[in-house]
Amino acid sequence: MLQEFGNVGLLLIVALVFPLLALGTAFLLRPRDPGVEKSLPYECGVDTVGTTWVQFRASYFLYALVFVAFDVETVFLYLWAIKFQELGTFAFVEMFIFLSILLVGLGYAWKKGALEWK
Amino acid sequence: MQEVTGLYVIAEMLRDILGHYLPAQYVDISMSLINIGVIFGIISMTAVVLVYGERKVSAFMQSRSGPNRVGPYGLLQTIADMFKLMSKEDIMPAGADKWMWILAPMILFIPAAAAYAVFPFDNQAVFADLNIGIFYFIAVSSQAVLPFLMAGWASNNKYALIGGMRTVAQMLSYEVPMVLSILGVVMMVGSMRMSDIVAAQQNVWFIVLQPIAFVVYVITATAEINRAPFDLVEGESEIVAGPFTEYTGMRFALFFLAEYANLFAVSAIATTLFLGGWHGPWLPGWVWFFLKVAGMVFLFMWFRWTFPRLRIDQLMALGWKVLLPLALVNVVITGVGMYIYQLLS
Repeated sequence: MLQEFGNVGLLLIVALVFPLLALGTAFLLRPRDPGVEKSLPYECGVDTVGTTWVQFRASYFLYALVFVAFDVETVFLYLWAIKFQELGTFAFVEMFIFLSILLVGLGYAWKKGALEWK
Repeated sequence: MQEVTGLYVIAEMLRDILGHYLPAQYVDISMSLINIGVIFGIISMTAVVLVYGERKVSAFMQSRSGPNRVGPYGLLQTIADMFKLMSKEDIMPAGADKWMWILAPMILFIPAAAAYAVFPFDNQAVFADLNIGIFYFIAVSSQAVLPFLMAGWASNNKYALIGGMRTVAQMLSYEVPMVLSILGVVMMVGSMRMSDIVAAQQNVWFIVLQPIAFVVYVITATAEINRAPFDLVEGESEIVAGPFTEYTGMRFALFFLAEYANLFAVSAIATTLFLGGWHGPWLPGWVWFFLKVAGMVFLFMWFRWTFPRLRIDQLMALGWKVLLPLALVNVVITGVGMYIYQLLS
């Protein structure tokens, strides 16, 4: 198993080198002709107004909170799913308890309007 | 135990040959490097083939002829495009967050490539048959959110920033139903190892036993790789090209490469989980694998020319109010079904 993960690590290193090689080749081939007009942000030809990094309302931070709760719970569900066949009735009853907690949470978020895009 | 044929035999022959010339401790690592070379060959080839395929399929669906000038039937069009992209000037927008801007396309490529480690291309032909195979895929593929946000943030462009923010909303929302739809398959197999999942489908494909999960998976996968009708992230008519707006030349090509690598990846996962992986009569396993993946890719391309783009509130409502409850119901149905089956047998 250690060797398998070692292989994955090796793949990750090569995956880091590959874009560098591609960019390096392009670096040798491409022309260089910088200009002020070229480096302006492209906003459909209209000059940009104000700065880009302003504060604006990210309307999905409630989704993000619900997401964190659900994602953590699915991690537990995977462990349970693997042993589902071996554990029999215990896992079966536990499924209803765990999933109903999830569903109550989802229903609460839904009712509170956390799932509405505003 | 089934007789092992196909790619594994080739790998064993190669290992024998290497064993003659190299000391024993180097054989394993050189085999790994050869496998990595093959994986990167597959990634590059899929990008070349899929770009051509995408253009030909969309031309076919719009009664056009598509690329037909470079080479026979326009087959070399993508190669020509690649050289064009390589020889384009590299323009960094003024006021961009330099390092984040440079790192984003590279970091996007890593999860796209890393996902290929766990695909069972043929019997025994898995680069790293991890015991957490499918979980590894989920974990790695969801890392794609970060480079999108980085590219959107660093570009100093308002369209790019909006695109980056949308990516986060979309990928987070569709991650949960996707993971839950895969859960049904894991319950039936009792293992997350990819080769076990394929082996369990020797007689019946899981698309028959898990039809709801398959539908939920395909929809969420379309959203995860930002393809139409879920292409709000790079909706051309709204925000130019989203996070890629300010990228040119090879950096843009890296985004493109990662996009097509991801398209192949989700199709390969659909094949492995629901369509029986490399199982199939007469032909060798890897041929079946690639045929099924090609079928899935065609399905994704078909979606693109069939469904109009969703609005962002419709997208969120579909993910949280339809697909998530559906995926949870599927888990319950699978659990009840398996429990009754165990009681009867």
